[in-house]
Amino acid sequence: MSGMIIEGKTGRWEIVCGLEIHCQIISKSKMFSGASTHYGSDPNENVSFVDAGMPGMLPVLNEECVRQAVKTGLGLNAKINKYSEFARKNYFYADLPQGYQITQFKYPLVGEGKVKIELDDGSSKEIGIERIHIEQDAGKSIHDISPDKSFIDLNRAGVGLMEIVTKPDFRSPEEAGAFLRKLRSIVRYLGTCDGNMDEGSMRCDVNVSVRKVGEDGFRTRNEMKNVNSVKFVMQAIESEARRHVETYENGGTIEQETRQFDPNSCTTKVMRKKEFAHDYRYFPEPDLPPLVIDEAFIEQVRSEMVELPDVRQERFVRELGLTRYDASVLCENKETADWFEQAAQGHDAKKVANWMMGDFFALLNEKKLSLEESPISPANLGKLVDLIAEGVINGKTAKDVFALMAESGEAPDKIVEEKGLKQVTDTGAIEAIIDMVLTANPENVAAYKAGKTALMGWFVGQVMKESRGKANPGMVNKLLAQKLG
Amino acid sequence: MAVDTQTVRRIAFLSRLKIEDDKIAAAEEEFNKILQWVDQLAEVDTDQAEPLVSVNEGRLELRHDEVTDGNIADEILANAPMKEYGYFAVPKVVE
Amino acid sequence: MTDLTKLTIAEARSGLRKKEFTAVELTKAYIARMEKKRGLNAYVCETPEQALDMAAESQKKIDAGTGGDLEGISLGIKDLFCTKGIQTTACSNILKGFVPPYESTVTFKLLAAGANFLGKLNMDEFAMGGSNETSAFGPVINPWSKGVPLVAGGSSGGSAAAVAARMCAAATGTDTGGSIRQPSAFCGVTGIKPTYGRCSRYGIVAFASSLDQAGPIAKDVRDCAILLKNMAGYDAKDATSAKINVPDFEQFLGQDIRGLKVGLPKEFRVEGLNADVAACWDRTTDMLRSRGAEVVEISLPHSKYALATYYIIAPAEASSNLARYDGLRYGCRVDGKHLDDMYINSRSAGFGTEVKRRIMIGTYVLSAGYYDAYYLKAQKVRRLIRDDFARAFEKCDLILTPTAPGAAFPIGDKSMNSNPIQMWLNDIFTVSISLAGLPALSLPAGLSAEGLPLGMQLVGKAFDEATVFKAASALEQDIDFGSVK
Repeated sequence: MSGMIIEGKTGRWEIVCGLEIHCQIISKSKMFSGASTHYGSDPNENVSFVDAGMPGMLPVLNEECVRQAVKTGLGLNAKINKYSEFARKNYFYADLPQGYQITQFKYPLVGEGKVKIELDDGSSKEIGIERIHIEQDAGKSIHDISPDKSFIDLNRAGVGLMEIVTKPDFRSPEEAGAFLRKLRSIVRYLGTCDGNMDEGSMRCDVNVSVRKVGEDGFRTRNEMKNVNSVKFVMQAIESEARRHVETYENGGTIEQETRQFDPNSCTTKVMRKKEFAHDYRYFPEPDLPPLVIDEAFIEQVRSEMVELPDVRQERFVRELGLTRYDASVLCENKETADWFEQAAQGHDAKKVANWMMGDFFALLNEKKLSLEESPISPANLGKLVDLIAEGVINGKTAKDVFALMAESGEAPDKIVEEKGLKQVTDTGAIEAIIDMVLTANPENVAAYKAGKTALMGWFVGQVMKESRGKANPGMVNKLLAQKLG
Repeated sequence: MAVDTQTVRRIAFLSRLKIEDDKIAAAEEEFNKILQWVDQLAEVDTDQAEPLVSVNEGRLELRHDEVTDGNIADEILANAPMKEYGYFAVPKVVE
Repeated sequence: MTDLTKLTIAEARSGLRKKEFTAVELTKAYIARMEKKRGLNAYVCETPEQALDMAAESQKKIDAGTGGDLEGISLGIKDLFCTKGIQTTACSNILKGFVPPYESTVTFKLLAAGANFLGKLNMDEFAMGGSNETSAFGPVINPWSKGVPLVAGGSSGGSAAAVAARMCAAATGTDTGGSIRQPSAFCGVTGIKPTYGRCSRYGIVAFASSLDQAGPIAKDVRDCAILLKNMAGYDAKDATSAKINVPDFEQFLGQDIRGLKVGLPKEFRVEGLNADVAACWDRTTDMLRSRGAEVVEISLPHSKYALATYYIIAPAEASSNLARYDGLRYGCRVDGKHLDDMYINSRSAGFGTEVKRRIMIGTYVLSAGYYDAYYLKAQKVRRLIRDDFARAFEKCDLILTPTAPGAAFPIGDKSMNSNPIQMWLNDIFTVSISLAGLPALSLPAGLSAEGLPLGMQLVGKAFDEATVFKAASALEQDIDFGSVK
């Protein structure tokens, strides 16, 4: 059981939480205009007359936004609705040029789905998806340039969004955190959203209520808008749930309101009471006929789907013999899994995984490098594993070679060649070193022969040292045993 | 259905329109007259009728995902009552 | 030389080709007329220099034999069409000084066909009105006025008056609930609202998106056919424009109408119908019958609810379409302490009474708790109204009705202005057709006892403007109808 129970004075309480996640859709142009979605341009540079809400301008739907949302829906095992409608959500705000947002209301593009999450205790849980609808993003108000004016930049206005709404299935902050990480992993795998919460390309609204364990139905919930990291989402759920419990236990009631989470104090404060709630006056968008997609369209999208993390993880365990833990770490993001598969291609996958999870990740961490910036290529890591397996170098040398690879980016075989690090497997050469060591240490030879067999380790060390680590330790052991007879 | 003064004020605010205090009674009366008149629709039996969203029979045509617009900030801002540093400018927004 | 402004487009086109006069001479004649009749207040913005420059260009093309369909023809443009570089205000103070940096598709097509624009024509503010009295520029005076100034009708009052007074060869109009047909009837000219979706709405200031349609107002049926062909067609920039081929409407003119089934809706024969209008309707019916058409009675049982339905749907859409006029990006701004104040001040100063009234009604019928009772109900009744027409068209090819319940009334008429509903009743014969999205042409069919023009309306099946033109051209031959001096 991963549910979190809050022990109160009057009994035990459980958390009921649902999430609404806004994901910016990856597309070249905006959802309803041909302006670029590029981030970081000069103000109002990526704006068309449509995005600016100029008189007489009309929306034209971008096919890619539909495709991306359908792909995401398939990735979340959700029902794709062949008939959907756009609606207008009416409200006045400075960064909303038309005075309404084009969204979907009664008939969303994607219906119910489900996502499996894994929890730290090894258990898993299914989280229900209520719906996914597509809509346009708003522009940005900038408040910190002038003391008495706000500035409006419409570059983001009209960029496509998918709003993913979950069922109120979360019973703990941990579950919500696991879901967000899973969702982020899935949309990144699919290439439908870059999933960066800190940059706002993925934004989360959190709905929280509590109820007594065993109680049916739901109590009043509060919504916290735009919580912008997984950690904050988890903190917000816990602090809000505790506030509800405390309020109920002190005889108070929870009113439906919109709240804001403050990460500094880890508390929530009220943003908007219900009496000031918007009346969005949703109605079908008369500028856009209903969206009708056919089976062929869905099948086309399905055929473009990549292997999703769950399936890939399973395959890594089944076909490559990885541990479940290693497979889950390597599959969390697509780039890592891709890198691993490239490195493991034709080599010992388990050993490659060990190297990646150990020295390789340590290296990236230490040097603060991303996977793309890695000086070591996947092919070279694979080769390194081979060199060990083939006995060309031993494990200890391999660590040195790895360090050299990290510095120069050179191929391991080239490094071994140039630095002369090849393991010595020539019996004659090893025997010569052994003879030299035995001749130089007659008293230890005598002691060994007198029964002090523990000296074997010392002899091996001396031989290895004389060979500068290149001698094959197995052969050294075998030959020494023969000579010392 | 009939509306009261408070509803008229709320609708005016939702519409971002001002009704002066001395005009509110007249506005309310007119509003109710119109609502009374449209209330005639209540007598129509619409149990079997699907709401008509669009008279278009055609399906929604989709656009290819290409950048074909933008880079016209000057034209976007040309009619702005107030603009600074390439932005539209408004009185400070306080949430 | 005869007065060139008396020529129809078809006649002028032939004269230009035969070099009887030049495009510049023709344009100058209209400019002179525009100046002479300025007292009618038909134009709110005159662009004679641009018109002359374009006429000179047109002459070169005519000389080279490369002229378009409308080469050298001077048109007036309703102020609802955005015209690049030329002030476009929808005759509202809220758009005072607005100069669009883009051209509407319809005007773009007309320019491409060789037309030149004499200026922007007066209209009811945002096309909301039936008498042109809601214009921020003041009412248009009907050229048929004798003594007491009469309204030109609305909302395309400037367009109809300018055509009647020969201040342009023809004009563009838009029709949401009767705005082309009713002023055409009041001013004794011909106008057609095509099927919804025939003409692109791109660049036309939106009033009610699911109803707005552009169409021509001209001196006769042939000119309407020529113009509509050059205005209509699928436009990728308007998702509601129809992907249906546009026929050459001219070819249907003068065709035999024997066997054509003409329906008369019994519900339109209301008690207390103006006697002149009733007599005119009978006369027109006889004309069609004597040309071999078969007259049948039809029933449109829900048409009596059309007005109430219209006055829910149109204001609802308008309340949303007009949200963009917030003083932020263009148009009138009246500053305030904070953002909402600025919105309220700007919109209260910028919009006129009728527009505010409709925004409020629209906001109300969409608001929480009232949506189902009003907006949704209206959408359902709209379905029934359209089904009525579908059923009627199983029995006939065309429907004949009066355009308006009476002739033009005096400006400032007390009973008309006694309450808004009284004014809205002017649309009684036109709105049901708008709700059904059908094509309808109004042509001058007779005079009232006071000697004022009365119009009859021919309604066709969806996208069957051809039949409408065919019957209208037959009627036109039989109707002896004078024009304004």
